[in-house]
Amino acid sequence: MATLDPKIPSGPLADKWRKHKTDIKLVNPANKRKYEIIVVGAGLAGSSAASSLADMGYKVKCFVFHDSPRRAHSIAAQGGINAAKNYQNDGDSVHRLFYDTLKGGDYRAREANVHRLAEVSVNIIDQCVAQGVPFAREYGGLLANRSFGGAQVSRTFYARGQTGQQLLLGAYSALSRTVGAGLVELHTHSEMLDLVIVGGHAKGVIIRHLVTGAITRHSADAVILATGGYGNVFNLSTYARQSNATAIWRAYKRGACMANPCYTQIHPTCIPVSGDYQSKLTLMSESLRNDGRIWAPKKKEDAKKAPADIPEADRDYFLERIYPSFGNLCPRDVASRAAKRMCDEGRGVGETGLGVYLDFSDAIKRLGEAGVRERYGNLFDIYHEITAESAYQQPMRIYPAVHYTMGGLWVDYNLMSNVPGLFVLGEANFSDHGANRLGASALMQGLADGYFVIPYTIGDYLAGQKPGARPSIDSAEFKAAADGLASATKRFLDTKGKQPVSHFHKRLGKIMWDHCGMARTKEGLEAALQKLPALREEFHATVNVPGSADTLNQSLEQAGRVADFIELGELLCRDALTREESCGGHFREEYQYPDGECKRDDEKFGHVAAWEFQGEGKAPLRNTEPLNYEFTKMSVRNYK
Amino acid sequence: MVASANSTQSISITLRVWRQAGPKAPGKFVDYQSANLNPNMSFLEMLDVVNDELTLKGEEPIAFAHDCREGICGTCSCTINGKPHGPGKGVATCQVYMRAFRDGDVITVEPFRAEAFPIIKDLVVDRSAFDRIQQAGGFITARAGSAPEANALPVPKPDADLAMDAATCIGCGACVAACKNASAMLFVAAKVGHLGLLPQGQAERDKRVLAMVSTMDAEGFGNCTNQYECSAACPKLISHDFIARMNRDYLGATVRAAFKPESMASGGGA
Repeated sequence: MATLDPKIPSGPLADKWRKHKTDIKLVNPANKRKYEIIVVGAGLAGSSAASSLADMGYKVKCFVFHDSPRRAHSIAAQGGINAAKNYQNDGDSVHRLFYDTLKGGDYRAREANVHRLAEVSVNIIDQCVAQGVPFAREYGGLLANRSFGGAQVSRTFYARGQTGQQLLLGAYSALSRTVGAGLVELHTHSEMLDLVIVGGHAKGVIIRHLVTGAITRHSADAVILATGGYGNVFNLSTYARQSNATAIWRAYKRGACMANPCYTQIHPTCIPVSGDYQSKLTLMSESLRNDGRIWAPKKKEDAKKAPADIPEADRDYFLERIYPSFGNLCPRDVASRAAKRMCDEGRGVGETGLGVYLDFSDAIKRLGEAGVRERYGNLFDIYHEITAESAYQQPMRIYPAVHYTMGGLWVDYNLMSNVPGLFVLGEANFSDHGANRLGASALMQGLADGYFVIPYTIGDYLAGQKPGARPSIDSAEFKAAADGLASATKRFLDTKGKQPVSHFHKRLGKIMWDHCGMARTKEGLEAALQKLPALREEFHATVNVPGSADTLNQSLEQAGRVADFIELGELLCRDALTREESCGGHFREEYQYPDGECKRDDEKFGHVAAWEFQGEGKAPLRNTEPLNYEFTKMSVRNYK
Repeated sequence: MVASANSTQSISITLRVWRQAGPKAPGKFVDYQSANLNPNMSFLEMLDVVNDELTLKGEEPIAFAHDCREGICGTCSCTINGKPHGPGKGVATCQVYMRAFRDGDVITVEPFRAEAFPIIKDLVVDRSAFDRIQQAGGFITARAGSAPEANALPVPKPDADLAMDAATCIGCGACVAACKNASAMLFVAAKVGHLGLLPQGQAERDKRVLAMVSTMDAEGFGNCTNQYECSAACPKLISHDFIARMNRDYLGATVRAAFKPESMASGGGA
C-alpha cells in the first residue's frame, strides 16, 4: 500500500508556503551542476521548469515528442490567466483567488496547494511581462483585465484570444535561451515510453526517437513529468490529436498513484460532431453565453427543420426555463448536462441530432450586427470556417465536449509523487483544481508549478541524494525496461490484424462518452467495465500497425498511446463507479439535488482517491488521502 | 454519429501525394482515389480516411504532420495545389475543409519545400532550423524570480498591439515554402519585431537581430527580394512590413557593433 503523505506545512494558511520555503533543504550552487534532471514535456509547465532549473545551475535534459517545444498544446488555450493583482481596485486579493478556486473545484482540492497557487499568481504576470509576453493593455500603457466565470472580480490577463499561445511562446523563449546557452539538452521527436526505478527512486526514462525509432536510456537524479492531460481517452475532445497519457500511465504502472481520474471537465459550447470521420472538436468561447440564448425545439418532429421554420412558441429556451436565476450563464457542468438531456429526449438538432442552438438574433436586434461582430467577430469567423454557416443569419449549433482533466498523478505539496524522485507538474498532476477547474486557471497552474514551485521543492529531494550517484544506464533496471519496450513494439508490428488503430480509439471514445461522460450511472459504468477489457483484448489481437519500427511510423506511435488509453479508461470508470457522489465534473445521476445540482458526500468522499497499480490482470488498489479543511468550510457550491 | 450520405452532396477526388520513404530516398507522386467524402470534413480528416483505407489494404499510410487541428500549433504543413496551406486566406492546412474542392478534382499535396527544411518522410519536413534561430537570440533574458512588478513599465497600447500582431506567428514555415528564395525573413522579422517593439526587449535588441539573422543565413535560408508571397501564405497574415523593420534594426545594429567599445570587465572581486 502506497504511503500518501501530503507533507502540508503546519501553521496559518497564508504563512505555509513562506515558512516551507525557509524550512526546506537547499543544494549549494557548486553542487547543483552535479545533479541531472530529466524534464518530460515542454508545455507551460515543462518549459518553465526546464529553463528555471537550468538557470539555477542544474543540468537539465528536456524530452518532447513534438518536432519543437513550441507545439505543445498549452498553445491552444484561448481565454486568459488569472492573477490576484487587484489592478482593477475591485477588491481582489490572494485570499479571494484562493477561495474562488477552491470553491470552483467543489471542495475537492487541497487548501494549502490552492493558496500557494493564488500567492504565486502575481509573480507569474511579472515574469511573463519581463519575458515580453504582449498582454492586452489599456491606453495608459498598463495591463488590462477581463472577467471570467466563477469570480466576481476582474482578474484575468489576456493576449487577444491567444493567451495560451503567448504564454507558451514566452516559456519557449526562456527554454530556447537555456538550450542556446548549453544549459539544457533538448531532445525533440523523443517520446518517453517508460520510467526507470532504481532502489525505489525514479532515476531515469526510456525514450523512443519517433523519426529514427532508436530506443535510448537516460539516467538522472530526478525525473519531472509535465506531459499534460488525458482527455483524448474520449477520442473526440478539444485536445490536440497527439496529446496522450502514455508518460503518466507508464509511471502509474511503475508505482506512481493516479489520483481522481474521474474528474474530467466537459465544456458546454463546442462545435458539434458532423460525422464519424471527425478527429477533433473545436471550442467556442464561453463568453458567447453573455449574449447568446440557448434553445432546442419543443417538439421532436421539429428537430430536423431549419431553425427559421420553428416559430418562437415552439422553441424551448431550456436553460432559462430550468435555471431561471442563472439562465444561459449557469455553470459549465450544469449547462452541458442540460444540453445532453435535450438531445437524449430526441430534440437535438443538426444532422446527427447531437446539438442545440446558441442564438444571437436577440443580441443582433439589440446591438446590431456590427455590435455583435465587435464582441465576437473572430469566434463567428471560426464557426463559419468549420461549418460554412453564418451565425449572424442563423443560430450556432453547439454541443459539449471534453477539454480538460483535473485528475492526474498524485503529488504531495512538493509536487513529488509517491515514487521518490518523480515530480509531476501542470495538468499531468491532480493537485490544484479539485473536481472542477475554473476558466483561466490552467495556465496559472502550469506556470506556477514550473517557475515558482519546483525550483524550490526539488532541492529538498536532491539534497538527500548523493551528488553524482546516478545509476548507470547499463544497470539491470534500464536494460529490462528497454527490452520490454522493444518486445512490445514488435508485438504491435507482428499482429497484422484487420483494423487500423483509429478504429479502436473511436470505439473506446464512444464507450467512455456514453458511459463515463457528462452523466454517469452505476449501471452504465458497470457496463463500460465489461466492455473495456474486451476491447483491450480485441485491440491487441486484431490491430493492424503497418510499417517498421526503425523509421517515422505514426501508426506505431498511435498504437502505443491507444493501448494506454484503453487501460486508463478502465481506471477512470472504476474511479467514477467507486465515487458514489457527484462533485464538479463528476456527475453521478443517482446523487443530485432536485434542481440537478451536484450532491456531494463530504462524510464518505471528502478525500482524494489515489489508485495504485497491482500488476496486470489484478484490480488496482484504492488508497485515500483525507482532505482536511482547516480554514474553509466545505459547503454546497452555489452560484445563484 | 454517421453522417447520412445523402444529406450533403458527397464528393470524390484524386489525391496526388508526394511519397518519400526517408530523407535520402527518392520521392515521387502517387495517386489515390478517395470517394464519398463529406464536404464538411477537414482536409486532414480526409487524409485520416485515406490512411485508414491504405492500412486496410496493407500499405503504409501517408505520413503527415498535424496536432492541434485548430490553426495554432503550427505543426501541419502541406502544400496543396502549389500553395502552402492550400486555398483560403489566413488559415493553416488543418483549417482547410473539403468543401473548398469540387467533385472530381485532382488535388496535389506536397511537403513544404526548402533546402533548410529537409524531408523526413512523405509530407513531414524537419523545421528544427527555426528552433536554432530562436535559440540564437529569440528571447528576452529574464530569469524566473528576477522580474520587476509588471505594471512598473507601461507599454503604449499601439506598440503592444503591433508587437502582438508579430507575436501571433505560429512557426509553421509557410513563409519559407511560399518564397522562391526559401527565405525565412518573415519568421525572423516577426520575432525581432515583437521583442524589439517592447521596452523590455531593448537591452538585447542589437544582439538579438544580429544573432538571429546570422543563424538564419547559416541554416541555408535565402534572402528577401520583396515578392511578399510570405505574407500572402501566412496563416496569421503577418505583414511584410516587419521585414523592413528588421532590416532597419539589422543595419543599425551592424553599424553600432562596428563602433561600440568593448568593456574590459573581467571576473573576480573581493
